[in-house]
Amino acid sequence: MVLAPLTWRVDFPPVIALEHVTKTYPKAQRPSLSDVSVSIDKGEFVFFIGPSGSGKSTIIKLLLREIQPTKGKVVVNGRDVGSMRSWRIPHFRRSIGCVFQDFRLLPNRTAYENVAFALEVIGKTQAVARRVVPEVLELVGLGGKEHRYPQELSGGEQQRVAVARAFVNRPLILLADEPTGNLDPDTSIEIMRLLDRINRTGTTVVMVTHDSNIVNQMRRRVVEIEAGKIVRDQPRGVYG
Amino acid sequence: MRFKYVLNEVVVGLWRNVTMTIAMIITMAVSLTLLGASLLLYKQVERMQDVYSQDLSTILFFRVGDTPETKYATEQQKQAIEAALRADQTGPNPLVETFQFETKEEAHQNLAVLFSSTPDLARLTPTEDMPESYRVRLTDPNRFDEFEAKYQRFVSDEGGLEFILDQRRLLQKVFNVLGSLQNLGFIIAIVQGVAALMLVINTIQVAAYSKRREVAVMKLVGASNWFIQAPFVLEAVAAGLIGAIIAYLTLVLAKIYIFDGALASLSQVITEIPWTNVHLMFPVLAFAGALVSSITGWIALRFYIKV
Repeated sequence: MVLAPLTWRVDFPPVIALEHVTKTYPKAQRPSLSDVSVSIDKGEFVFFIGPSGSGKSTIIKLLLREIQPTKGKVVVNGRDVGSMRSWRIPHFRRSIGCVFQDFRLLPNRTAYENVAFALEVIGKTQAVARRVVPEVLELVGLGGKEHRYPQELSGGEQQRVAVARAFVNRPLILLADEPTGNLDPDTSIEIMRLLDRINRTGTTVVMVTHDSNIVNQMRRRVVEIEAGKIVRDQPRGVYG
Repeated sequence: MRFKYVLNEVVVGLWRNVTMTIAMIITMAVSLTLLGASLLLYKQVERMQDVYSQDLSTILFFRVGDTPETKYATEQQKQAIEAALRADQTGPNPLVETFQFETKEEAHQNLAVLFSSTPDLARLTPTEDMPESYRVRLTDPNRFDEFEAKYQRFVSDEGGLEFILDQRRLLQKVFNVLGSLQNLGFIIAIVQGVAALMLVINTIQVAAYSKRREVAVMKLVGASNWFIQAPFVLEAVAAGLIGAIIAYLTLVLAKIYIFDGALASLSQVITEIPWTNVHLMFPVLAFAGALVSSITGWIALRFYIKV
């Protein structure tokens, strides 16, 4: 596996930067994130690891601007996400792809339609979809299964459709929230290979996981969070 | 493609919840029909007031002496009244604009015209039984009370007047009835309108729930807010427009079969409802239906779809 070129750091601003971010949910005893600062460069592959409730998923939500930080700044692509006007959010999210543990596919649409849906609802024409969707389905290894419905696909295949949907718009950043959480180890490795291939196209990948096998195999940057604080940040790390 | 997508979503959305959609359309149609009817009635009352007020006057009826206890008005008495009317025509603030004497013969002719459908009535009524009268047009119809107070003294054996009649006041009762009918229609329209709005809200709620997965994905991939919301709002608007069309057709049928059909014999009293007014109701009702349901739908969405 190839290490992301760290020498870029001097010339390019980070694609993701959390600056002293604290997030306290209403009615919560303690903050989910407390004074977290982390910076991710373009093209990096970063694991956020830690036990349940450590605040990993809060980071994904902050990056998607589903929630706003209580204190500090969240900067994505040079834009301060926390203070972003709400009508700008949809356009901002088009630069981010997202994959979840539960796939979140539409059950009444085929693999092709699920991916095309993501294009159509942001105003792309069907002509564009006809050109781009088969390409990306081929990339994720689902060539020939375009017209299957989600329930006709295995878990790993469903996650591939989800990855294709997240990547079809060529986002700058791909967020993955426990993408292997529902998959067996072998299928998980396949999904990781896919994410790695996407990373090599220059897409920044941020993955939240507590799958130690995968982290140990991939040997990428690992940021460990515990009780809302960063306790470790190492390049080519392993799971604890 | 966007347009096609949105249109498809609207049709699918209305069909998915078809019983609720029908309920919403019917309620909307009833509400808009009543709204249209009460607007038409309002226009009609205005029209009737215009038409009638040109012909209306205050009438001083003379005694006819048809029973032993009453007497005919004498020439002297008539002259006294005419002198009083003439005096009120002049001066700095004249009360009477014009007045006209109506003879027994003229009164009989008017009777014949008024009951032209039953000619026997005029034939059997002797001309001598018709009252003589003064038809008085006041400078300001609202000063009738002043006029009545002044001329009340003539309503006696010595004065020679039988009674003083204000045609406007007579017709006012008819207008009052029409006015309360209009108010009633308007109130029912509002109550039905509220029911229609509740159904719009409910429809939006059901639609938002059944499309929650789609909405979640749309938000995730960055579909713009209007694109997410448009199908829902347009669903409500479509129902509102269909309701407006039904309401308009109902009004057209009411005009053909009720006003020009069953009530045609009353057209002397109730002036005809012009087609232009009926047709005017279509854009009015369509606009009202679409506007109200879209605003309600849009507000309801704020609660059921957080962006």
